[in-house]
Parts: sequence; C-alpha cells; structure tokens
Amino acid sequence: MAQPARPAAGYRGQNGAGQQPYSNGPVQNQLMHSSDGQGYSPSVPGSYSHQMPAKVPPHQSSGQYNYSGSQIASQLSNYQGPGQILNRPTVAPLSGSPVQQTGSVQHVLPPALQNSAAVSSAGSFPAGASSPVLSNWQYSQTSVSHPVGSQTSHLAHVTGTVSTQPPTSLSGNTNAPGSYQYAASPGGPPLQNNYMKPGSAPPPVTQPLPPLHPPSRPPLGPPPVGGPPLIRPSTLTAAPPNNSVSQSLLNSSANQEGDGTSAASDGSAIQNSYDAIEGGGLMATTHQSPALQNLKMGRSVGYSYPNLPPGYQNTSPPGAPGMQAPALQYPDGSKSFHQPPLGPNHLTASMGGLSLQQEGLRPVNLLQERNILPTTILQAPVPNLHEDIQKLNCNPELFRCTLTNIPQTQALLNKAKLPLGLLLHPFKDLSQLPVVTSSTIVRCRSCRTYINPFVSFLDQRRWKCNLCYRVNDVPEEFMYNPVTRAYGEPHKRPEVQNATIEFMAPSEYMLRPPQPPVYLFVFDVSHNAVETGYLNTVCKTLLDNLDLLPGNTRTKIGFITFDSTIHFYSLQEGLSQPQMLIVSDIEDVFIPMPENLLVNLNENRELIQDLLKTLPQMFTKSLETQSALGPALQAAFKLMSPTGGRISVFQTQLPSVGMGALKSREEPNQRATAKDIHLMPSTDFYKKLALDCSGQQVAVDLFLLSGQYSDLASLGCISRYSAGSVYYYQSYHHKHNPVQVEKLQKELKRYLTRKIGFEAVMRIRCTKGLSIHTFHGNFFVRSTDLLSLPNVNPDAGYAVQMSVEESLTDMQVVSFQSALLYTSSKGERRIRVHTMCLPVVTTLSDVYLGADVQAIMGLLANMAVDRSVSASLSDARDALVNAVIDSLSAYRSSVLSIQQPGLMAPSSLRLFPLYVLALLKQKAFQTGTNTRLDERIFTMCQVKNQPLVYLMLMTHPNLYRVDNLTDEGALNINDKTIPQPPILQLSVEKLSRDGAYLMDAGSVLFLWIGKNCGQNFISQVLGVPNYGSVPQNMTHLPELETAESMRTIAFISWLREQRPFFPILYIIKDDSPLKSSFLQNMIEDRTESALSYYEFLLHIQQQVNK
Amino acid sequence: MAFTFAAFCYMLSLVLCAALIFFAIWHIIAFDELRTDFKSPIDQSNPVHALVLPEYSIHSLFCIMFLCAQEWLTLGLNVPLLFYHFWRYFHCPADSSELAYDPPAVMNADTLSYCQKEAWCKLAFYLLSFFYYLYCMIYTLVSS
Repeated sequence: MAQPARPAAGYRGQNGAGQQPYSNGPVQNQLMHSSDGQGYSPSVPGSYSHQMPAKVPPHQSSGQYNYSGSQIASQLSNYQGPGQILNRPTVAPLSGSPVQQTGSVQHVLPPALQNSAAVSSAGSFPAGASSPVLSNWQYSQTSVSHPVGSQTSHLAHVTGTVSTQPPTSLSGNTNAPGSYQYAASPGGPPLQNNYMKPGSAPPPVTQPLPPLHPPSRPPLGPPPVGGPPLIRPSTLTAAPPNNSVSQSLLNSSANQEGDGTSAASDGSAIQNSYDAIEGGGLMATTHQSPALQNLKMGRSVGYSYPNLPPGYQNTSPPGAPGMQAPALQYPDGSKSFHQPPLGPNHLTASMGGLSLQQEGLRPVNLLQERNILPTTILQAPVPNLHEDIQKLNCNPELFRCTLTNIPQTQALLNKAKLPLGLLLHPFKDLSQLPVVTSSTIVRCRSCRTYINPFVSFLDQRRWKCNLCYRVNDVPEEFMYNPVTRAYGEPHKRPEVQNATIEFMAPSEYMLRPPQPPVYLFVFDVSHNAVETGYLNTVCKTLLDNLDLLPGNTRTKIGFITFDSTIHFYSLQEGLSQPQMLIVSDIEDVFIPMPENLLVNLNENRELIQDLLKTLPQMFTKSLETQSALGPALQAAFKLMSPTGGRISVFQTQLPSVGMGALKSREEPNQRATAKDIHLMPSTDFYKKLALDCSGQQVAVDLFLLSGQYSDLASLGCISRYSAGSVYYYQSYHHKHNPVQVEKLQKELKRYLTRKIGFEAVMRIRCTKGLSIHTFHGNFFVRSTDLLSLPNVNPDAGYAVQMSVEESLTDMQVVSFQSALLYTSSKGERRIRVHTMCLPVVTTLSDVYLGADVQAIMGLLANMAVDRSVSASLSDARDALVNAVIDSLSAYRSSVLSIQQPGLMAPSSLRLFPLYVLALLKQKAFQTGTNTRLDERIFTMCQVKNQPLVYLMLMTHPNLYRVDNLTDEGALNINDKTIPQPPILQLSVEKLSRDGAYLMDAGSVLFLWIGKNCGQNFISQVLGVPNYGSVPQNMTHLPELETAESMRTIAFISWLREQRPFFPILYIIKDDSPLKSSFLQNMIEDRTESALSYYEFLLHIQQQVNK
Repeated sequence: MAFTFAAFCYMLSLVLCAALIFFAIWHIIAFDELRTDFKSPIDQSNPVHALVLPEYSIHSLFCIMFLCAQEWLTLGLNVPLLFYHFWRYFHCPADSSELAYDPPAVMNADTLSYCQKEAWCKLAFYLLSFFYYLYCMIYTLVSS
C-alpha cells in the first residue's frame, strides 16, 4: 500500500488522516504488532522481542500496521493536544485565549517534529532498528498524556492545583473561599470514587498468586484510567493478587454464562443485519443476574474507599494488604452504596472548572450589556470534571453536549427548559488519531460498549463498564501494553488513554467481504443542463482528480447520463472508445448489459479519460428538454445494488417524466406568508428509493444546479435517507455566474478527494438512565440507537436529542459513546470510537452553569427544521422564541434569589437570545419574500447535516475589521503569521466608513470596503489606485508584496483552510448589488420583517416578566 | 324475540371485532419487535402497513352499520375513533400508502412509543367494545 504521505498542512492534508498513520507510524507499529496482534505469550513478557523479527515481515507486506499513535500535529487547532490543559471559553477572566492557544501550539509541536523525523526514517526500517526512535516516541507519549509518578507526585499535583487557586478565585468573585475549601478537601472527590478501585470486596482469600501475574509485576503506580491524582494508598495494591482469584472465579462463572448467550445471539444475528455486527441488542436477560451481582459488588467496592477517613488513606503502612481494607469496607458497604453523589467531597474541581463556575453563575443583565459578544471565537465550555479526566475527554469539536452538567432527573431537566442532546462530528478529519489493531477488541459483555478512558479498573483483571456498570474481565492480551512495553498495565493501553480511537475490525465485524469503492456519476444532459455548461466544469474537475479518488486497485467507476432517455456507457476493455447504450423505456428501466458499465478505474483509465473529455461535447446539440431523473436513479440503483457505493447525481431542473416526476409548487406571491409553503416532499418516490439504496449500502449525493424551482424538498429525500449530501448552486451558469463555477470546482474537488467510509453503521450509546429519542442528520435510523450510513463523509454532522429516563441518582458522571463502523476506501473494516464523559448535577443553577449555548442553538435549529416540516414555519419560529423565554424565565424564577429589574440571564446563556435571533434571521427560518423555496430548503438541509462549527458561522457570521491588521496576538502556523483581529458585533454601528471589514459567513466571505477607506489599504491590499476603481465583481485579492496584503491574504486563507467547503470572497462597495446580503447578516440590526437585537430583548423581557 | 337488523349488526361486529383485536395485538407485537431490534423498520413496517387499511375499513363499516341500524349510542361511542382514523389517514405524507408509519420516522423513540401506546389503547377499546357488542346483541335479541 503505497499511500503517499501527504503534506500534513491544511485540511487537504488531513484528507488522508486515517491513512496517514500507516505511512508514518511503522516504527511503533512493528513493535506493537509482535506484541498484541499475534499470539505472544503473555506469561513471559520478555519473550516478545524474540518473536518480533519473525512476526513483522508478513505484516509489513500486507501493509497493516498495528498501532499508530503517531502525532502528526498538522492542524493544531483541530485537535486539542494533550498538552493543552484548559480549553476554557473566553468568558473566564484569566484565560486570555489567544495567548493560550499559541501556548498549546508550541506545546504540541515537538512531537510533530519528532514524528516527522520518524517518518523520514521509517519507510523501510528494519524491525530491530526501531528502538531509538521508539524510545523517543514513548517519551513523548508518557510525558504528554498522563502524569506519571507515584503517590507523592499526585499529592504534589493536588497541592499544585490548590496553590494556584487563589489568583483564580480572586479574579473571579466572592465565592472564592468556599470553592477553595472544596478544592482543598482531600477526602476523595467523587469522581475519584468512580475511577479508582484498587481492591475488591470479597472476603480475603489467601490463595496462591495466579500464575498469570508475573512475579515482578510493577506496583500499581499511577492510578488506572487516566489516573486522576489519587489519594489512595499505594499499599493497597497488594490486595488485588489475593482477591482477584476469588473474584475472577466468580466472574468467570458469570461470564461463561454470558458467553453462551452472547455467542448464541451473535450467531443468529450476524446473518441478518449489520446491527448485530456493530453489536447492539445483546442485553440478553440471562446476563442480568450475574451482571447485577457483580455490579453491586463493584459498587460497594468502588464507593467504599472514600469513606475511609482521609488520614487512613495516606498513612496505611505499606504491605498491610487486603485484610484491612475489606474489614473496613464491610460496615461501609451498604451505606456507601447509597452515598449521595454530591457529598461534601464533591467539586474537587480543576481551576478551570472553578473559575468557570464563578463566571457562569454571574447573572448578566442582557439589557445593560451592550457589548455582549466576545472578541475571540467562543470555545466550548469545559465540563466540571477532574482535570485529569477532563484531559482525556473527547474533543468538543467531535462530540458535544448541550448541557455539560447533566441534570440528575427528567424533572430537573424539564425545569431548566433547555434541550438535552448531543452534537456529533464523528468522521471529522483528524490530524492525530491512534489506530489499534488487536485480535480482540475489548468490549463490555452486556452493552457492547468499547473500553474507554472512563471505565474503572476494579483491579488488574477486571474493569467496570461505565455505561451499564457491568464488571468485565480484562482479556489476557489486554494486560500487555504495547506503548510502554510493560505487562500488567491495562489502564495505560491506548484504548484507555484516548477518548477518540480507531480500531481495525477483525472479520467478526463484517457481513460480507469489505466492498470495493464504487463511484457512479449520473449527469443530467437535457437541453437545460447543457445550457448551464456545468458538464465542462464537472468533467474537467473529475479528470483532474481521477487519481485522487480515495480507493485502491479495486476502485470501480461508472457513468450514466439522462434526458428523457437513459444513456449507459460501456467501458469494456479493448474498445477503442466508450460505447453508448440508450435505454428509452423509462417506465420499466433495465440495465442493458450486466458488466462493463462499472469498470475498474485503474485498468480502464484511458477509456474513462476519453469519455470524460468527450462527454461535454456530446450533447451540445441536444434539444430534449425533458428530464427523467427518477428512472435514471432507479437504473443507477440497479447498477449499484450488488456492491454498494456512492452515486453522485447532477441535476439542473425539475424532473418531468417517468417515475418521480414533479410539479412546480412554488408560488412566488405566497413567499411572504410563512404559511402554506411546501416543505414536505410531494411524493414518496425518492424516499422509498433512498430506503432501498440504504438497504443495499448505496448513498446518493445530489448536486442541484438549477435556476428555477426544482422542488428540493422532494429531491432532497434521496440524499437524506441514504446518508448522502446535498449541494445547491443556485442559478449556475458557466458564463453568467463565474463565481458559482469556481465554487463548484473547489467543492467538487473536496467532494471527490475527501475521505469516505462505505457500508457504515453508527451506534450511540449512553449511560443507563439516559435515552436517545430523536436523531437529526442524513441517515436512516434502523433501530433505537443505530444509524445506517451507506456512506459516511468527514463533513457530516449529526445531532441527537436525549431524555433522562431513570433518574441518575448515585452517579457522579455519565458517559456517551459513539461507535462508527465503516469500510475504508482501502477496503479495511474500521471502527472509530468517541467517548465523552460529563458530570451529573442535582441543582438547577449547576445545570445552567454548564449550558453550552452554541450546542443548544445547534440542537434547537435541528428541532426547528423538524418542526417547520411537520407543523409550519411560524410554529418553528415561535418555538425558537419560546425556548429563550422559557429558559430565561425558569432561570429567573428558580435560580435568581433576588429579583432584579432587567432581563437576567446566566452568564453561560448570555448569548442565547442573540443566537436565537440569528436563527430567526437565517435563510431557513426567516420570513419575507426574498428567500426562494429551494434556497430555504437547502439551508434546512445544511442545518441538519452541517457540523456545529459551520452551522454557527452560517447562522451568526464573524465580522472582523481588516484594514488595520497587526501582528499583535497573531497565530504562527507553519512559519506563517496569521493575524487575529477581534470579532465585532454584527451591527452597522460597528462599521465605519473609513475601514474595511471582513464578514465570515461560513460558505461566503464578504469584504466590505468603506467609502473613505484608507488609501493605504486600497492600494496595498486591493492593488487598485482608489476607491472608485475597485471593480464591481471582484472576488479575488491580488497577491502583492506588501505586508498588509500578506497579512490579509494569510488571514483569509487561514479562514478558508479551516473548512471543507470553499467560501467565495466577495469584495463589495457601497453600491454593490451584494450589499444587501451583507447587510442581511447584520443580525443585531432591524430589518424590514425582523426585530433588532434590542427590540428582541425587550420582547423577551416582557414575556419573561409576565 | 326477533332477529332484527340491529341484532345482525351486533353479531357481525362481534365477529369483526375479534379480527380487530387480533390486528391490535399484531401491531403491538410488531412494534415490540422493532423496539427490541429484531427487525429493520423497512421490512418491519410492511406487515404493519398491510393491516392498517383493513382495520380502518372494518371500523368504518361498523359505523355505517350502526348508523343504518339507528343504534345511536353505539355509533356515538365509535365516532371519536372514526374521526381519529380519518385524521391519521389524511395526515400521512403525500401519496403514501404507508399509512402513518413512516419507516424513517418510526424508529424515533417518540414516534415508536406513540405508536405502541396507540396500539394498546386500541386493543383496550376493541376488547371493551367486544363485550359491549355481545351484551347489546343479547339485549336486542331478548328485548324485541
């Protein structure tokens, strides 16, 4: 597998993020491989090195490396490097975010450098020679990812936290003393309760040590599971060997039973569906009793330690083993089981958590805060977890919850009037992704959760699932840690050190051999389509990127064109030119020949290139105006159904003949009334076809390039239920609309070259007690927690709504895990797992404290789309406004003790009204005549399918002043200085005539030049002599040799690099026609049909105070 | 003692009511299978769909019969359900034959639990009406 190592910069480089580890990480891999991929003998930990040379070669040749935790820190901002401790929102007074960011950059860079060194030398490394580099790497791992050390260092750690406390609290507010006390109390914080259980409960049994334990087993130094600094006597580690025998006996009996049932149900299930493979539905009732038993035992163990007097924990003499601890535990056992979760020990919070708390609790009077928008990009709030757990937590860009403090009961959640849900971006391109190959993937026996950083190790041989609380055995293989090359440290395995990890799935996770990448392109070639001239652009882009299509030697490709008939292209080997086959029977579509329509890309490259070159010219004379999209899709489906894959459909008009023909439903006069607009599909045809596609692992991506109404509401269903994506280029024309042409080119390039996963399923699990009830995004929900995704792409986001089904008493934390099982374009089956852990709270103020306003907005937007389709647009708008009113009045009545005048909001929600107002003014939900129906529906599709970051920009753009960029506080990436101008509020009052402003609205960028803009900027950046000579349709900045120009261009390209689509830059003057769309994004201002921000606040205040 | 039209209506509805009870039980089982993940909604919804239209028509037939037999009380008891059925029928998406149980939507926990509740309520209603019809049948046979 000669995967070229791409430059790691920018998202293009990340495209192959999943693959990169292969090419980069052989050094570690060889090592790991010999250890756990193959049957090493665990009882002799030293012996693996002998096996290594023998084991490595076959694997090298197959190109499968075992573990590659390579740290390609290309896009630093993407992945929160392990060194970055706090990613605090800028709210906190201390943080000084930009500075911190640069700090983190520097922090993570070294490993990157290190690795690049490794890469260069790694290509053909002999197996034995890897040790120097390896140790290097190892060093970086241990030093960065978890605190090493014994008890003393933990203590030091804790005191460190405490000593840094005062400054924070001083800068915070008056709560300081209390919180200080919390932090300092050493009595075993509740989080720790969950996480460290060194000993086990059963009566002390003195049995010989199990032979599996190597005699020289290192003491359990750092705590398991991401080692929260623990105040635990290291001496107690002597207990496990004694107890583990009895425990494992008990366990094994339980597990045998479990085994039987699970094997049976696995066996039967595997035949019928993919669900079984990813593995749900194993909650067999037979498991219950042993599980419960274990659970109970585990709990009493788990909670009992903190009940020890603090002094005890620290002073128990070394070598006083299991006898003592159980003796103490027994009286405590039952009591501690019911221990209230928020004991006095709670809140040994990290600094970040504390200052956030103080900041978050401060009520803000929205009517008086004039400049409410932070000047830097708003970061996700940091959950109030222990620092060490938080460090392991999933990156908020991948996995985000609307409430970072989960309410304990549904009643509390209802009281808070905030939606509870998750926003996911599971397949995001990552610059750093550990990949593990292991013959056994360790999962919970009853709920099938993957082992993750938030499980607790009861002792070395057993771990407790953090979702269902079942106690599981640690398999023998898992005892060996390939990273540190040490035996008996299961809690230091990469699976337990990384919240985001990818597994190479063994054959149990396949229903059929992994499918080859298959791409089918379906082009509309009716007269209308030829007029737009899109075929030229698309074919050319396709031709240029043919080599970059993700795939391997098995990649297949095919083409279909259609007008009122369907044309197939035979690309049979040996033909001198492609052969066109026309099927005119569109009522009963058939495939004219079984093979040669989908052909191997590599073997038939010339023919394919031929076809792509001639295709644009073939239909120039066509006068056929009808479009038989439905039959063409049916044909495409028939062609693809044996393999599965991706269909890309290019459509330019309303389908008019055959199945799935549609009628125009838009009535321009009715746009104004928010009633009666057609958001519902008019036919079921596309939905049904999409479901069929989904069943055959086919996804359909729709490119709509239409000037007139094309009923996207109906057409979009084809992508929505088959997990495709929709692209809409309004009024595409190769001559009249050159900007759209460039946009299509750039986005198509990204579309063609981005990573792709085939025949995927995603399952989202959460801790018992929480339940997921609604999903948002493009997919088909196949069972209560399983999404079927025929294709998965890195630009798709998903959202789920949750409810608290059983109250979460006696839980301090809950966890969520998403597992995405997919076939990579290289034909490997892989599982990408993300796990997030959040604290549970019991009071309303804590719920508000942890509210993540961006995530809430994202989820509300998704819910509002559903509402507008099922009820009406005005209903959805009302619901959005009510969401603000309800939550703020709940806050006012239940949390605020003193009723102050004005509109009070918790600091965490201070941007809530602004964001909701932005949503109301967004194209999807705005009223007024200037939104075309297709455009509105396209925006709704985007709301559903975009990851939160882009949705935020789309809804509430960022405004920067760019005529006076300086290097002050600038980022430095790859030797490029990227200025970081402050974000301005979206109000015309912030614009001044003598400035130039850049508005970043996600998919477009506007550069507004004021009338009296400095001559300097105009000549140095725009490259024209004066304001009057700035051309009307300028969409590019010239690259000039001036510092100003370089800064501006660096900033704009930095903004562009951060996203997968290509935002067009429009340079607009006062008299530009595009000025209205620029001004429309000025959310805080009044428009013809919508309130200004201040008016909106007054309206809310009126409702809240009612 | 006479065999009136009303008595005939009750006898017929008694028989058909048994069928409706069967349908309701079928629905309950089907949704339960969906919930416990035994079947995919695409395959699963089909048997459900097959029974929806017969159920609605049988129930409408009841109402027409009772209207003809001038059994106002019985008719009154059935009218709410009749309207509910009409509402369901005309609120399903587009030209769909998939009455109300939309495969992509049915797995949403809200929808699923709604469907299940609906099936249970109908079962209860049909069971009660079964005994009511039995009573009425005997009553009409005896009294007239």
